[in-house]
Amino acid sequence: MNIHEYQGKQIFQKYGVPTLAGIPAFTVDEAEAAAAKLIADSGSEVVVVKAQIHAGGRGKGGGVKVVKGAAAAREAAAKILGMQLVTHQTGPEGKKVQRLFVEAGAAIAKEYYLALVLDRDTRRVAVMASTEGGMDIEEVAAHSPEKILREWIDPAVGFAGYQGRKLAFGLGLTGGAVGEFTKLASALYDLYMKEDCTLLEVNPLVLTKDNHVLALDAKINFDENAEFRHKNWADLRDLSEEEPTETVAKEANLSYVQLDGNIGCLVNGAGLAMSTMDIIKHYGGEPANFLDVGGGATKEAVTKAFTIILTSSEVKGIFVNIFGGIMKCDTIAAGVIAATKELGLKVPLVVRLEGTNVELGRKMLDESGLAITSATTMADGAQKIVALVQQSKG
Amino acid sequence: MSILVDKNTRVLFQGITGSAGSFHAKQCMAYGTQVVAGVTPGKGGEKFESSVPIFDTVASAVRDTGANASCIFVPPPFAADSILEAIDAGVELIIAITEGIPVTDMIKVRRVLDSQTRSRLVGPNCPGVITPGECKIGIMPGHIHTPGGPIGVVSRSGTLTYEAVGQLTALGIGQSSCVGIGGDPVNGTDFVDVLKMFNADGKTEGVIMIGEIGGGAEEAGAAYIKEHFKKPVVGFIAGTTAPPGKRMGHAGAIISGGKGTASAKIAAMKDAGIHMAATPSEMGSTMAALLKKS
Repeated sequence: MNIHEYQGKQIFQKYGVPTLAGIPAFTVDEAEAAAAKLIADSGSEVVVVKAQIHAGGRGKGGGVKVVKGAAAAREAAAKILGMQLVTHQTGPEGKKVQRLFVEAGAAIAKEYYLALVLDRDTRRVAVMASTEGGMDIEEVAAHSPEKILREWIDPAVGFAGYQGRKLAFGLGLTGGAVGEFTKLASALYDLYMKEDCTLLEVNPLVLTKDNHVLALDAKINFDENAEFRHKNWADLRDLSEEEPTETVAKEANLSYVQLDGNIGCLVNGAGLAMSTMDIIKHYGGEPANFLDVGGGATKEAVTKAFTIILTSSEVKGIFVNIFGGIMKCDTIAAGVIAATKELGLKVPLVVRLEGTNVELGRKMLDESGLAITSATTMADGAQKIVALVQQSKG
Repeated sequence: MSILVDKNTRVLFQGITGSAGSFHAKQCMAYGTQVVAGVTPGKGGEKFESSVPIFDTVASAVRDTGANASCIFVPPPFAADSILEAIDAGVELIIAITEGIPVTDMIKVRRVLDSQTRSRLVGPNCPGVITPGECKIGIMPGHIHTPGGPIGVVSRSGTLTYEAVGQLTALGIGQSSCVGIGGDPVNGTDFVDVLKMFNADGKTEGVIMIGEIGGGAEEAGAAYIKEHFKKPVVGFIAGTTAPPGKRMGHAGAIISGGKGTASAKIAAMKDAGIHMAATPSEMGSTMAALLKKS
């Protein structure tokens, strides 16, 4: 789960990670008032108006403006708010800006990159720092990996002072900035573990002209598995940033990812669901989605899943692929029948059932009167649905 | 022979009175697994299915029944604690079925696992381990397996394991042992650990290895196979068509920062001499063809 920069910075402040003063704004009026307050508090006319969307590269896309005075801030806010902001992370259609963050200006001497992320090979959190701040870090990693410094954190010890110093001196920091960096990185590690992050990125981390270190950006991803112990996440969630169908699926405990193709898939198990997409593509089709109904899905969940697929206008055919272990084939059959009764079935449907209660499931589908093409294996099913969709096109 | 579990394995279930735990404990007992104890804090002294004694702690269950394997069905908020309790009690094989354990919990569990040598963790978020005809610990459907066979299966995905096993059984090829290592980013036993055991197992003549996008466990497995593994291996990787940055169900199945792609894994596995099945429907037949040749 992603959150906005301004929300991330509120959490940063809770953990003592230094940031600039800033105020979120949802309207042009609020943005002007925020700018006026920041100017009055700081005595400097310079403020920054920043678009808040769940994607990086906002500056290059025109979503960040440095201005002087509250009136200019109002003008910038009017331009950014409501714009369709396109960055390298949003896709060509971009994302509509609905929130702003107005922040005090800073006299920046140098920009750095700092991130905390799980390193799966060592099974520890890795702290990564680089002098190439503000850059796309994946490019730095590809072209000059020696410019990325790394420390791995022992969970039994926590972030150690020497690790902070290694990174700080490695970045070329001097004087008081070394201690400030160590304290900041240590606070970020505490935040990562206590708030259940999967990624914590500060790009850029800046050194001010008076030699202080602070976080100019804040990107936080949370581990959705830990939602049960973070009741505040519900308030941080911005549903307008999420794919509506994926939100509906999540509420029904379904794992669903929308894709660009036209063959809807309903599968049990993540690995089988992924390889169902793969095999459709292998035989020349394009999957419309990833959908794992899970191991212990109820008839209601299957009905919901099938409804989600049926209501997508892009879907020109459906492939149900089930290897029932805990999942019983008759439960799948009941869900498919219930959903098609309610919504009708206007596209070809291929069903491959295997495993627990397979005979009962097949019998229910046979007796339902639905126009179902049955398949014996995954390959058989994939070939059949690809052929049927191609026929209906021609 | 077999790996990890056999007819002498004495199993306890943590979370035996929960709905999933009790259902699968019964299924395992029906398969013939020796389920010797259950653990549910506060229900010590009661009996499960009027035969299996329930204990308040894993330590007391191990002391009184000699259990040497544990199967964990405890819900995500308490699952990491249950794994730590099993390690503390000295259980040799800990199989965590639970899906959805927070990663920060598993980072700490992994640190404890790495600081000792007695306990091995399989999972979490896995279907479990089965030696067909002898012992089933987990949620896999027992009836699709064929006992006494030559093929070992190791997989990050539950249903794809069933797919492979179902194909082998349909071709009349039995399985020595099947191990689901789970789909989470931080887990216990990995491909390399299981491959080492299959390499040493006299009964296993070939292995099906099923991976998916995300992480580098498949590449590590391939490197081990290239250097040390003597038996034919059939491989499959799920997620060739998965877009980067999207989590495909499993917490670990995600391509991030250009790492963990299916193409990189397939290339590493081919380079190690692994016979890659072109589609998941061909895992069994690819293995059958290899067995004929040898």
